[in-house]
Amino acid sequence: MNFSGLIQDFGPLTITGLAQGAIIALFALGYTLVYGVLRLINFAHSEVFLLGSYACLIVWGFFGLDQNSATPNVFSVIGLLLLGLMAAIVISGLTALGVELVAYRPLRRRNAPPLAFLITAIGASLFISETVGVITKRNIKAVPPLIRPADVFVIGNMHVTNLQILIIVLALVMMFVLDRFINRSRLGRGIRAVAQNPDSAALMGVNKSRVIALVFLLGGLMAGIAAVMYDLKIGVTRFDAGFLLGIEAFTAAVLGGIGNLRGALLGGLLLGVLQNYAASLFGTQWLHAASFVLLVLILLVRPTGLLGESLGRARA
Amino acid sequence: MSDVKVDKPAAVPADKKNWRSSGGVRGWFGRQHWAVRTVLIIVFAVLAYLLPYAGDIPVLGPQIITEGIDWPSALFNMSYYVLLALGLNVVVGFAGLLDLGYVGFFAVGAYTVALLTSPDSILKTEWGWLAAVPVALAVAMVSGLILGWPTLRLRGDYLAIVTLGFAEIIRIFATSSETLRGDRGFADIPHPPGSYSDGKPIFGVADATPYYWLGLSVIILVILGVRNLDRSRVGRSWLAIREDEEAAEIMGVRTIKYKLWAFAIGAFIGGLGGVMFAGQQGFMNSQTFILQFSILVLAGVVMGGSGNIFGAILGGALISYIPDRLRGIEDPIFHTDLFGFRFAIFGAIIILIMIFRPQGLIPSRRRAMELKDREKEVAPQ
Amino acid sequence: MSEPHVETPQQADEANAHRSDVAGGTSAPGPAERSSDVLLEVDHVTLRFGGVVALNDVSFSLRKGEIFGLIGPNGAGKTTCFNAMTGVYRPTSGTISFNGESIVGKKKHEITRGGIARTFQNVRLFPEMTALENVMVGADAHHKTSVVGALFRLPRHWQEERSGREKALELLRFVGIVHRAGEVSRNLSYGEQRRLEIARALATNPTLLCLDEPAAGFNPAEKEELLALIRKIRDTGVTVLLIEHDMRLVMGVTDRIVVLEFGKKIAEGTPAEVRDNPKVIAAYLGVPTDAA
Repeated sequence: MNFSGLIQDFGPLTITGLAQGAIIALFALGYTLVYGVLRLINFAHSEVFLLGSYACLIVWGFFGLDQNSATPNVFSVIGLLLLGLMAAIVISGLTALGVELVAYRPLRRRNAPPLAFLITAIGASLFISETVGVITKRNIKAVPPLIRPADVFVIGNMHVTNLQILIIVLALVMMFVLDRFINRSRLGRGIRAVAQNPDSAALMGVNKSRVIALVFLLGGLMAGIAAVMYDLKIGVTRFDAGFLLGIEAFTAAVLGGIGNLRGALLGGLLLGVLQNYAASLFGTQWLHAASFVLLVLILLVRPTGLLGESLGRARA
Repeated sequence: MSDVKVDKPAAVPADKKNWRSSGGVRGWFGRQHWAVRTVLIIVFAVLAYLLPYAGDIPVLGPQIITEGIDWPSALFNMSYYVLLALGLNVVVGFAGLLDLGYVGFFAVGAYTVALLTSPDSILKTEWGWLAAVPVALAVAMVSGLILGWPTLRLRGDYLAIVTLGFAEIIRIFATSSETLRGDRGFADIPHPPGSYSDGKPIFGVADATPYYWLGLSVIILVILGVRNLDRSRVGRSWLAIREDEEAAEIMGVRTIKYKLWAFAIGAFIGGLGGVMFAGQQGFMNSQTFILQFSILVLAGVVMGGSGNIFGAILGGALISYIPDRLRGIEDPIFHTDLFGFRFAIFGAIIILIMIFRPQGLIPSRRRAMELKDREKEVAPQ
Repeated sequence: MSEPHVETPQQADEANAHRSDVAGGTSAPGPAERSSDVLLEVDHVTLRFGGVVALNDVSFSLRKGEIFGLIGPNGAGKTTCFNAMTGVYRPTSGTISFNGESIVGKKKHEITRGGIARTFQNVRLFPEMTALENVMVGADAHHKTSVVGALFRLPRHWQEERSGREKALELLRFVGIVHRAGEVSRNLSYGEQRRLEIARALATNPTLLCLDEPAAGFNPAEKEELLALIRKIRDTGVTVLLIEHDMRLVMGVTDRIVVLEFGKKIAEGTPAEVRDNPKVIAAYLGVPTDAA
């Protein structure tokens, strides 16, 4: 174990961890939203993310960009970013909706037992990621260098880059918007109503199916944004990119308290940072194992997470 | 599979309804004299042992056997997949515990054999295969207990995720740690012992047929064991736990104990699969134990009919046979070997089965009823 | 389990017939007067969920061989009290002892094997098992066969399977549904399911049988049959704890009654005493206690 390394690099580890954690947090929202309303671990959410990460690359490919292109000028970058985000959001949102319609809704109609949903979700996840794997011949796809990381400010040995700031700020803004939407809007009220008591919500005239579809859509949108950020930060994607990050996002959701939106943010940031510390302590090959160990520990010690499980704030 | 034996009723459509309501094949089988049943079982077993020669059947044979991989090897692959499906069926089908990391036990069995026998191992023990088997099975069983003990208090869906996490930890450990040698793996794992009268080893490299026979024999033993457990206090306790865990405990069922047993027995059978695998391949590395593998076995159990021994056998055989049959055939669009599609295909099959035939191909009698009743309970909306 | 009690329902039937002859089928000279051995003692039990006090300093005791009623309006804490006795909840303070031994903190299956069996307010059978198998699960509570015995079909496995099956059939006959033994329990009628639950509980060889609103949803004729069954069970030597909110039903069968309201014990005594207690009348008629 390398304690001196951890102490020496504490600043840089923290800021890169926060950026990674912001992506995880956005990704985790999908798990938390669906769980909050349906009590279902949407295992296929990782593939919602995966397709988003490819969608923006395909759009950028239309403009002739590949990993060897030079970084375009500022206005093109903003335009391309927005287009990429749009594409990822649309594809991720549609994928999430598609999974709900094809894989879950028929089961819900039949009142299938809870584990049946999880099994179908696993099937959907395997199907999507492996189809992408076959199409891409399981190769890595590189991302064009839209944003060249440059230091914005430096504190000690902590270099904070433009990309890190973009990711963290975007994640916080999206969180804020989503939180507002759920807690203030009429549609958001419907979501909270179904989360608290599906049957009486249905009796009060809330269209349950539409609320559920909306929840999947929202989770998909957030995953799309997370996917674009991931592409820019990591620089490559692959057919199994969704799976590992998906487990981390799920861990984050559980860590914060699954079903709790603010918990997802807290859990994501915390997990990103903790992973980095663990990687520094034990070596980078243990980075992913660290999140699994953390997940197991939380579930055993405090399965309701740090902030408790509640989308509607009414559940104890 | 077993429907093939039913030739008469298909010809007389009027009988169809009666046939169904009197329990189909299983009902018919159950009504036969015990001697008839024994003979049928023996015939069936003999046919299974003769499968390596299926290619010699005129007309039909060449359609059945695999092209991209020699037929005995494909049969051996089927045998360890069937073992895995049988083991997972105990955990998922009988006790109702969704274990997504089942392949972890397969890995534990295989790695223990490799560590004890391979010259690449740091232990340098270089035991024979047979000597390593009991140790490997014991280690697999203990690992089942170690995984089960802290996790069995968790809710069903959390249990699934935690088992998945454990399997990933095992895989990462296998990839990253020096002891388990990652991608480099272990070579020269010895084959099972035994030789013909002319001194040639029975379990050689060229022909996989003896391995298949060994696998089949192990499967038969496992079927007998699992069936004995199912039709006993143990099976009743598992079913009670699956249906209403709290009520079971209040009725005096020691739920934790029996759940642990389900895990340990599942791990034992999974380890058995790993032991067989290591003995036949002679080489293994961390790439063997990807997560998709666990899910594939789950697909097999669900497809065949969760909670039913013969369903698990059929499912286990299909998840191995279909990809091997597709091996060596190229798809027209992406020009990939169709074998590469196997996980995608089974992903789709899982969804289709869960939507259209949730009880599986050979459903357990109880499961089919349970699902039907749940359907009736749907509130009209 | 120290209490010697009649093992088989056949003998029980005989004992019952005998008793009816003597006592004329009434419950007037309750066994409580004959024996004052304490079987179960609830001692100053308080149970809180968060801020809600579900049970507030409740004390009472059950004597061997009696039929004891625990009654109260809806939400009075009857089922909570019941759950504490069977190990589902752990009291916040106070003790519950059975046969002189504390059961607080014991595992549910240990309590069952110690001699307390129960049924559920909303029937909780194992729906895909046959009626016979359901009862056999109860009988399994005292069996010793485990994985090794079942795997190798050791003699004890055969012997326990046989005796368990016989016992289960006898109990099904005892509660009157033996003709349905091979039927999957979810296909039984509601009344049959309730009886099956009682048979399953009896299969665990209890000294104390706790029935949680066993007459819920029954018509008067069915209630009458159930009362007869409860008396029959008591006559086999099993102490019966009955939870009900239907006063009339309880009055007809119990030897002693405790009345709960808002988690507190408001009365205790024979049916006649309790019936005339002004607090009880107020509780049931909804008059504030101070005014009464």
